[in-house]
Amino acid sequence: MANPTGIGAAILRKEDRRFITGRGNYVADLKRPGMTMGVFVRSPHAHAMVRGVDATAALAMPGVLAVLTGADLAADGVGGLPVGWGITGKDGLPMKEPPHPALADGKVRYVGDAVAFVVAETLELARQAAESVVVDYDVLPAAVGVLDAVRPDAPLLFDDVPGNLCCDWDMGDRAAVDAAFAGAAHVARISLTNNRLIGNPMEPRAAVAEYESSTDRTTLWTTSQFPHVVRLLMGNFVLKIPQHKLRVVAPDVGGGFGVKQFHYAEEAVLTWAARRIGRPIKWVCDRSEGFISDAHGRDHVTEAEMALDETGKFLALRVSTLANMGGYLSTFGPNIPTNLYAPLLAGVYTTPAIYCEVKCVFTNTVPVDAYRGAGRPEATFLVERLVDICAAELGMDRIAIRRRNMIPKEAYPYQTPMVVEYDSGDPVGCMDRALEVADWAGFAARKQESARRGRYRGIGISTYVEACGLAPSRLAIRMGARGGLYESATVRVHPTGDVTVLIGTHSHGQGHETTFAQIVSEKLGVPVERIDIVFGDTDKVQFGMGTYGSRSLVVGGSALSKAADKIILKGRKIAAHQLEAGLDDVVFENGVFSVVGTDRRRSFDEISLSAYVPADFPLEALEPGLEEQAYYDPVNFSYPGGAHIAEVEVDRETGSVELVAYTAVDDVGTVINPIIVAGQLHGGITQGVGQALCESAVYDEGSGQLLSGSFMDYCMPRADMMPRMEIQTHSTPCAHTDLGTKGCGEVGTIGSPAAVTNAIVDALSELGIAHIDMPASPNRIWRIMQNARLPHAAE
Amino acid sequence: MDVALEVNGAAVRHDIRENTLLVDLLRETLGLTGTHVGCDTSQCGACVVHVDGRAIKSCTVLAVALDGSSVTTIEGLAATAGGDALHPMQTAFHEKHGLQCGFCTPGMIMSAVDLVRQNPAPTEREVRAGLEGNLCRCTGYQNIVAAVIEGARVMRERQGV
Ligand code: FES
Ligand code: FES
Repeated sequence: MANPTGIGAAILRKEDRRFITGRGNYVADLKRPGMTMGVFVRSPHAHAMVRGVDATAALAMPGVLAVLTGADLAADGVGGLPVGWGITGKDGLPMKEPPHPALADGKVRYVGDAVAFVVAETLELARQAAESVVVDYDVLPAAVGVLDAVRPDAPLLFDDVPGNLCCDWDMGDRAAVDAAFAGAAHVARISLTNNRLIGNPMEPRAAVAEYESSTDRTTLWTTSQFPHVVRLLMGNFVLKIPQHKLRVVAPDVGGGFGVKQFHYAEEAVLTWAARRIGRPIKWVCDRSEGFISDAHGRDHVTEAEMALDETGKFLALRVSTLANMGGYLSTFGPNIPTNLYAPLLAGVYTTPAIYCEVKCVFTNTVPVDAYRGAGRPEATFLVERLVDICAAELGMDRIAIRRRNMIPKEAYPYQTPMVVEYDSGDPVGCMDRALEVADWAGFAARKQESARRGRYRGIGISTYVEACGLAPSRLAIRMGARGGLYESATVRVHPTGDVTVLIGTHSHGQGHETTFAQIVSEKLGVPVERIDIVFGDTDKVQFGMGTYGSRSLVVGGSALSKAADKIILKGRKIAAHQLEAGLDDVVFENGVFSVVGTDRRRSFDEISLSAYVPADFPLEALEPGLEEQAYYDPVNFSYPGGAHIAEVEVDRETGSVELVAYTAVDDVGTVINPIIVAGQLHGGITQGVGQALCESAVYDEGSGQLLSGSFMDYCMPRADMMPRMEIQTHSTPCAHTDLGTKGCGEVGTIGSPAAVTNAIVDALSELGIAHIDMPASPNRIWRIMQNARLPHAAE
Repeated sequence: MDVALEVNGAAVRHDIRENTLLVDLLRETLGLTGTHVGCDTSQCGACVVHVDGRAIKSCTVLAVALDGSSVTTIEGLAATAGGDALHPMQTAFHEKHGLQCGFCTPGMIMSAVDLVRQNPAPTEREVRAGLEGNLCRCTGYQNIVAAVIEGARVMRERQGV
């Protein structure tokens, strides 16, 4: 490779050193002069009227500075939290969008809903004071699960939202689907629940807010994936602070997975309170508090059916989903089970007609929003489970039915019946490679061997496509986005030729300080040690939409590539002047500007210096300096895809499932750094395995209490739950991004739940089991096995 | 209450409330913010430090109970390996890409060092079992496991085993 730190180089991460030495700079580590501590008083009830908040005792405690409530917010004219994406129902009417006050306004709608905010000199004091705040609740019956909430007699969360229905939404050609079903030789059906998840980045959310009266400037440090968006939403809609007077900083952030890509009430309350009391305030979320205040993910109840002809060809897919929104709309809540779900229902197949309807339902639970994959894992799980059921019912091989229906490589670009056009891909290629790597052919022997040890063994495959690189603004705005989804990058070349990049995405584990430096290194021929990537501070970086939806490299990387191209063009102009050549005769390669066919040349560093010391510089035609900026708005989503294969053993007695092998072959487009891509896959797959095997947010149906409210009850994947994963890439470059990249942040989480579940169902198929819901906890599997072994089950 | 400890080789003496957790003493009083807090149920291991050479969860122990002990945090780990810039386990985490967001990393590294103290040549299975008290949400553990095995190898080599 020409450039040892360029695109494709397996270099180690530049950012590691501060983390391995304990010098990371997380929000909870911050201290500001005069800093106070804040604690939220949260509702212990799922649904209740708030008759009054008595803070007398709390305020009488020495060192307690304030106890603030929704009434104070209202008195100060603070607005509710905005929704960033609106959707339109079947009836053509906009979704119901009830107000979402930052502190409860007369009513609480989930356990954890914030009622008051206490500020004190120390954390201990703030906690004590919070405990002495007396809230007078009038408890109401709660609507906890989606199925409960849509019952005609269900309690209503909002008086003006009948049936708790936020929106009854659909996509696709209903008539074409109905017609295809009418003529189908076979119809396969599935009913499933996509289990509710809690993202749980290891760093709990935290914030510090500070107001400087001398400059009238406000700063919020927050654990956010998108500081500029927080500045815009909070400054413009909630607190009405002018953008130039508000700085939002997201320093080192300990994982996000979507959980940190919303504008949360706590951010607004802290910022408002800090301005009010004139002292910096810090709030660090306890983990148990995070369980009941971080937005949750997934939570669908779905019925779907596939129409097939007698040869196993898919004719049409019909899907009906109830999606839980929780007690209020979170920033992107309504977009996730609709626009990020239905368009992916074609999967990697040529299914010609698809219709999907989604009812978005309010319930007395924590708001639900994006969690790694966001809508696309739900779509993939549904399609890939249903495909296995189709195969079983038709007596076809699971691979054969996939092969029969897969979009062939030659058919790309491929327009699906669900809005999106896949630009590139090779699902058959990915699948064949995965089958080989996982030794699918040798499975029968392994199954026998397991049987000898008294264990069921199963193998499962999931093929998938995802739409990421969020997003083409025009398309997104047409789908209801209330903002653009471009990205921006500035490349600042210093007089020495060293480079600082200012970019609007945010790295919270993804390794951008390395991969983005590799892109610049490739472009400008400067080694990565001489390139720094700056992000996460609205005072430093021009603008940006942040990091989510596997967009950073795809959208941000393209902006960066374009900015670097502008640097090269300007450098060529300077070189052309200095070398007395025409612009067209000056080329830039490996960090050197030269005149073609001659030995006249200038190094990148020489040109950089002369841009700032313009002695020999075309000042009449060109501005001095060497700094360029680009905003990039993608023309399409990008569509990574792949095939994942899981192999499991199930204990016949206990029902415990062991994941014994995992293979992933993914098409993520151009790979900038294979080490980092593999790491993203490992983490993503493990989160998906967590959903399949153990993770589940469980609410008590009557009281609406979160039963899985700590790491003792919410089972997170641990090291001993995972086998060594085999990760390979089978890439087709993206046709429309600058570098051919497609994104890899979410693919693991999208492919794995179905692969693992399909393997478990395969293992249990000899008991006649056709479907199981996630998570496959020992208890659930044991019950299913017991049930299947009862005499009646064989009939 | 007065508590006297050695922290990363330096003697520290502080008048603290008796309910102060070790992690709070480290983070708030001493400014050693490399030790993290990831939960409130003693489940995640982000807070692991060494007390007299053994890994403990600093969120679950009162500082006053450790009077007279020697505490090593991630900030002081390298010095325990002969003052190199990095402890071999830190280097191994870097070289094997055993971290992403870095939040679990200090606790992971401290746990790993103790794991290797108890078992100088752990197998993959033993490493996975040994890290049972540490959660990582980013890496899927694969590269952490590889890092611990590599760190153990270098530690053995250094000790001439
Ligand atoms: S902070 Fe989670 S175990 Fe100590
Ligand atoms: S690296 Fe992020 S939690 Fe482990």
